[in-house]
Parts: sequence; structure tokens; C-alpha cells
Amino acid sequence: MSKKILAVDDSKTMRDMVSFTLKGAGYDVLEAADGLLALDALVSQSVDLVITDINMPNMDGISLVKALRENPSFSSTPILVLTTESDDSKKNEGRDAGATGWIVKPFEPEKLLKVVQKVCG
Amino acid sequence: MDEYEQFKTTYFAECAELLGDVEVQLSSLSDGSQDPEVLHAIFRAVHSIKAGAGAFKFTQLAAFSHEFEALLDRMRDGRIAVTEQGVNLLFKASDILSAMIEAAESKTQQSEDFGKEILDEISLIVTGKLAPSQTIKNSDDNQDSQVNQESAPDEKLTYQITFAPKTQLFKHANEPLLIIRELKSLGDLTSIPILKNLPSLAKMDGEEAYLAWNFELISNVRLDEVEEVFEFVTEDCDLEIKTVSDNSEPEDEIIEKTSVATQSSDPANQTAKSPVTAAKVTSIRVDLERLDRLVNMVGELVITQSMLSQQTNDLPSEQFPHMVRGLEELALHTRELQESVMSIRMQPVKSVFSRMPRLVRELSAKLNKKVNLTTIGENTEVDKTVIEEISDPITHMIRNSLDHGLEGTEERIELGKPDTGNVTLSAEHRAGRIVITISDDGRGINRQAVMKRARERGLIAETATPSDDEIDNMIFAPGFSTAEKVTDVSGRGVGMDVVRRNIQALGGRVSIQSTPGKGSRFTMTLPLTLAVMDGMIVQAGGDKYVIPIPNIVESLRPAKSSLKRLPTGQSLVHIRGHYVPLCSLHRVFNINGAITDPAEALVVLVESEEFGTTGIVVDELIGQQQVVIKSLESNYKPVPGISAATILGNGKVAPILDIEAIYRISQQELRNSPVPDDSDHSDVSENVQDSLASKEAATLAAQNAEIPTPSIG
Repeated sequence: MSKKILAVDDSKTMRDMVSFTLKGAGYDVLEAADGLLALDALVSQSVDLVITDINMPNMDGISLVKALRENPSFSSTPILVLTTESDDSKKNEGRDAGATGWIVKPFEPEKLLKVVQKVCG
Repeated sequence: MDEYEQFKTTYFAECAELLGDVEVQLSSLSDGSQDPEVLHAIFRAVHSIKAGAGAFKFTQLAAFSHEFEALLDRMRDGRIAVTEQGVNLLFKASDILSAMIEAAESKTQQSEDFGKEILDEISLIVTGKLAPSQTIKNSDDNQDSQVNQESAPDEKLTYQITFAPKTQLFKHANEPLLIIRELKSLGDLTSIPILKNLPSLAKMDGEEAYLAWNFELISNVRLDEVEEVFEFVTEDCDLEIKTVSDNSEPEDEIIEKTSVATQSSDPANQTAKSPVTAAKVTSIRVDLERLDRLVNMVGELVITQSMLSQQTNDLPSEQFPHMVRGLEELALHTRELQESVMSIRMQPVKSVFSRMPRLVRELSAKLNKKVNLTTIGENTEVDKTVIEEISDPITHMIRNSLDHGLEGTEERIELGKPDTGNVTLSAEHRAGRIVITISDDGRGINRQAVMKRARERGLIAETATPSDDEIDNMIFAPGFSTAEKVTDVSGRGVGMDVVRRNIQALGGRVSIQSTPGKGSRFTMTLPLTLAVMDGMIVQAGGDKYVIPIPNIVESLRPAKSSLKRLPTGQSLVHIRGHYVPLCSLHRVFNINGAITDPAEALVVLVESEEFGTTGIVVDELIGQQQVVIKSLESNYKPVPGISAATILGNGKVAPILDIEAIYRISQQELRNSPVPDDSDHSDVSENVQDSLASKEAATLAAQNAEIPTPSIG
């Protein structure tokens, strides 16, 4: 069974790229356009990893991380936040909320895969 | 990164949407909005643009959006105050951003200096307020990237690593096992677990961290690559990494001992709490080509369906009840299918409207007039094909309103009007069409000036006394321009006549209503789609033609006594106190075998802004039908008097009449008579003389009777 990853980003471009890269490496990828939709998607299924952007409408990535950590079903699901080099503080913010790690945008496909492997094998 | 090439299309489409959002938000910012969500929304948009730009290696765009984003970030958390100059800078920056995206999309190389001025200005503002610590952090980042570019050392190093996870490591869902596995992938790894903290099984808590490890890693990777393994856990463990060079001289240098105080200012959280303005994305993107194919196929289906129903029209329903019922349902479903397919291509006019605040802003600065633009009904939907076409006319009419319509500030004050002029842009659906109005509270149309100009240009007879409405609408006449001087704003060599012609080419109409001193209002009506329309099938001689339903007022069989003929040969029909000029289809198209006496024929009254109401004389009405529009230009060649064609149920092609062109042709015909007409009509729509002729006819008719002017709006 391939691992299932939920990619959350309001940018379709980023979702597509994350999804393309991960699918190419044999992962199953679900997509959601913001935090609320991500939570919706997780009501009925579990995933092996959540990758989320931080800046999103409706519910941002930090709130999503917090919400997931408060839910016992997802307390030990790895979560990666997507940050950009300009907001270093976001890494810490993400961590404080309970994120497992981060990926700095823009990323090379290899980097993404490496980080994904790092946190979910 | 070439494998990402395929996402560029999505990226650019997304950029266009994001830029539209930025525009809207900037406008509300410049209108004094204090809502923090506005800046957040702009930030998010620029952020997304930047992320993609980085991924696709649009370095210039990435660099610019990076600075832009930094500025926005500081504005939204209050480190930089949002002043009027600040908002102006944001506007300029969004222009640069848009130009850079365009350049990236069209693969044009921009000069390296492009946007540099703004970039520098932003950098100054951003760095001017930067706290020293943050500056240091930035330079740290730079060092990092330099280190990364260095080549790996050739000689193998021995790393001695002590790794003691803390409990919170698990809270963040990190997994020591995976870290060890990754470490192992770097080289030869010897791991010695430290078990001294391990409690007895009974006391063990599954969520606690008890284990620690000593590792010895022999590898040729650099230190930072080893550190990277622990990237996510540095704060959740005690970690010590020592290097021992392979020729074994222990250096005992402590490379890393982690303790970084974390701070969290939390603007992102505020984002979540503040009112949500952006809509949920529950849409999918479909290539327009696929959609067009779908629309075309449905068009074909409609034709086939109408063919079927025509062929079986005479089927006795008592004999074939199921067949007849089935066909009725087929007709219903086909219509529904067509409507849903067409609705896929419907888009809100917002994408066009959102560009206008910017235009007004720029123009009002240039003209030194205070203008307040209100937009209404921007969610009104219209077919994508129409959206693409309405931007230019709207832009032109707004320019016109600002330049000619609205008075200068001083003049307004003198007149006792509020110093800020109002322009309202609105859209609504009415009777299956979209109606777009642009109104201002300016000076209205100067009718004396228009009359004078019209006489000078020979657009109207010296003796004519046109109604106010007619005078106002003369601004659409070819070659007419009231501007005393050619201004930078609306005097671009394109007159309102071109606007009208472009709108008419879309099957639309435009008119103006004006009250001197109070303002004027442009009304533009367009079909919701350029792919199908409701048409009335008429017959003349053996041929069938389609008259667009929106043009039709009524149809009637005129009594012989109501028909008159002017000395010029122009036939008129007297309807409810008005005389309406007639034009016979058979004369326009030289149709043989058609009914020539209007008294025995049928008159379809059609109206248009250009000539008011006129009666088209045909043999017979066949019936109303939704027709699929097929372009003549792309399938055959342009034919004067015909705007497009359709395929009828019997498989025959029927021309769709361009009633305005037909009117012009018939007027030219009259002008040329009694000389037998053999002139070429091909340039008829371009011919200024035609309009002269039509005005002549209108004037003549006006001398005899009042010509009903079309009711507009």
C-alpha cells in the first residue's frame, strides 16, 4: 500500500507540482485548497502525511496544524508546512503549532521527496 | 525543473486571477479600507505568485515579488504604516508584477533594470525599518546557500553524534527511526543506543522519550548535510555533532548545541479569524478548447434534434404515442443540456469590472478631477466569448465619461454640485441579455455642439429637427467626435462610432441618454453568449432567414390603407399614429419569387439604436427557434447584411440577418433608384455615405411623421 499524502495549498500550481512530484515517486496524493477543506477531507479518511501551505484563505496552515494536533486521530500524523525563505519565523510558528517539519519554497522535486521521506518514510 | 513545465499554464491562469484580486483589494485599500484582511489577501496573492515564480525559475519575477511581499508583510503587521504614498507604491508594484508575469508568460526577455526604481524604493522602505537581528538572520541565510554550493569534501570524515530525543519530538510526529534511517543513508553508521533512562516496562509511558543514541558516521558528506538530517528536531532533542577527521586527530569541537528561542507573532492566526472574503475553491480548470468542443457538439446535437422533430412533425401522435413523447422529451433535454453547457462558459463580469477602478484612478489623476466609481452587479455572468469583447467598449465609455462627461472640480463647485464626480458602472441580466450601463453625473451632452458638428460634417440635413435622443445618439455616428481638442485621455483616434460598430458586431446595441447638466448614461446590451441565440425563422421567396429575436418588436399584416409611399420610393407603414419605414428583404437580397406587395406580405418590426424602428417585409413567419451561430467569416466569407448563419432542421443553411446592415443596404438601394441597382454592397458597412443616406431618410420621414424612437434601458 502506497502512502497517502494530503497536499493543502490555495495555489493550484503548487498543489499540482507537489502532487505531480509525489505521485511520480509512488505516493497517493489528495489535495485541498485550504485548511477547512483539508479538515473536511480528513473527516472520512486518514493520511500518512499532511503537507500544508501557511498563507491560505478561510483557514491558514498554522490553524490547520493546531486543529490536527488537537484531534487524537492526527496527533501523530507527520505534518510539513510550506514556507518561503522570507518568513523564517513561520518555521517556528509552525513548529509551535505542532508541525513536524517544513519545506522551503521554492523547492526542487528531489528536495520535496527527500523531506517527505524524512518524515514518513 | 523541466518536468514542471506543464504547470506553467495553470500558473499563469492563476496569476491572472491573483492579479485581479490584488487589483480589487488595492482599490478598497485606496478607498480607505481598514480591514486587515485586505492586506492579508494581497499578501497571499503576491506570495503565491512568488512561490510559483521561484519554482519555474522566473528569477526576476521571484526577486521582485519577494521584495513586494516583504513590504506587504511589514504593512500587514504594522511595522510599516499604510500611508497614501504606501498604497500608491503598492499600485505601482502590482503594475510591475503584472508586466513581469506577462513577460514571463510570453517568454520575452525584460531588461534587468525593469522595475528597478520601484524595487529600490520598496527595498529602502523595507530595510529602513528592519530590526538589526533580522538583518543578521538574512545574512545567515545567504551564508547557508553559499555553503550549499561548495563541493563535498573528498576525504571521509567521522562524525560522532549524540542524539537524545525529548518527549516533544513525538508531539511533532517526528520519528527517531526515520532519522536514524536517513543518517544511515549518508554513510557507514554505527549506532549505540543509550538505555540508561529506560524505565521498567510497567512504568513505561508510550508517549515519553526514553531512548538516546550515540552514532558514529563515517561519510564524505559535509557537516551541514549531517545537520540537515536533524533539521526538524534540533529543538526537540539534545544533539551534539563532533567531527573527527579520518586521519584521527580528534578535534572535539562542538559543532552544534541547540537552543533557539522561538518567538511567535501570530498574524497568520488573525487571518483565520478575520472575516473571510475569498471564496472556497471548489472548481476545476478545464482547457477552453475542450469546452469549445463540447459546446460545438451540443450545437450539432441541437441541430440534429430540431431536424428530427421537423421530420416527424406530421407523425400522428395517436399512432406513435411513445415516439412522439420521446421526441418531446428529447427536445426538452437537449435544451436543458445546451443551457447547462453554455452556463459552464459563463463568467462573472467581475474580471472586467475589477480593472476599471484602476483606470478611473489613473484618469482622474491625469485629468485632475475627483471621481468616485461605483460598480454594481459585478457577479452578473456572461459567456466567456462576450467577456473578452466587452472590456474595450467599457474602457472607452468610461474614458469618455471622465473626459467629456464629468466637469472639472472647480466647475462642479461653481455649479453647486459635489466636487467629486460620480461614475457608476453596472451590469444586470434583462430579457436574456446582459445590460451594462455607465452613468455619470456630469454635464450631459451639449446638444448645440453636437448639432453644429453634425451639420458641419454633413451627418444631418440643415433643415432637420431631430429629437433630443436622436441628437444624443449622433455621437455614435461615423466620423463624429465632439472633443474640441484631442486629449490624451479619450482622443485616441477611436470614436464612439467604432465602439458602436464593435458592439454591433457582437449582436449588441449601445445608446446614450443624457440630461443637460445632470449627466449621461451609456447603455450597452449584449447577448449572453455568442454561440447560440433565439431566432425567428422567416421566409422570403424560397429562402429562409433568421431574424434575431431580441431585435423584433412585433410582426403584423399591414392593412392596405396603412401603407404609404414617399416620393423617394420609401415605403412606410402607419402603426398606431407613427410612420415606420419598410425595407423589403427581397429587394435587399434580390430574391426571386417573393411577395412584392407589402399589403400581401408580412411586416416584422425590428428596432435598433441606429435607425429606430423599421419594418422588414417578408413572405411568412415560419417559427421561433434556438439557433446555433456559425460564423460566416470562418466558414465562408463575410456577406453584407448577414451577420452569421445557422443550420436549420432540414439541414439547410439559413443566414442570420444583420438588421442594421439590411436597413443601410435598403436605404442605399432607394438612393440609387430608379437607376437599376447593380452596385457592390461589399463595403457597405464601412461606407459613411450609407449613414448619410439613412439620416436623410430618417429626416425625410421625420418631416412627415414622428418616427418612434426606440425605448432604451
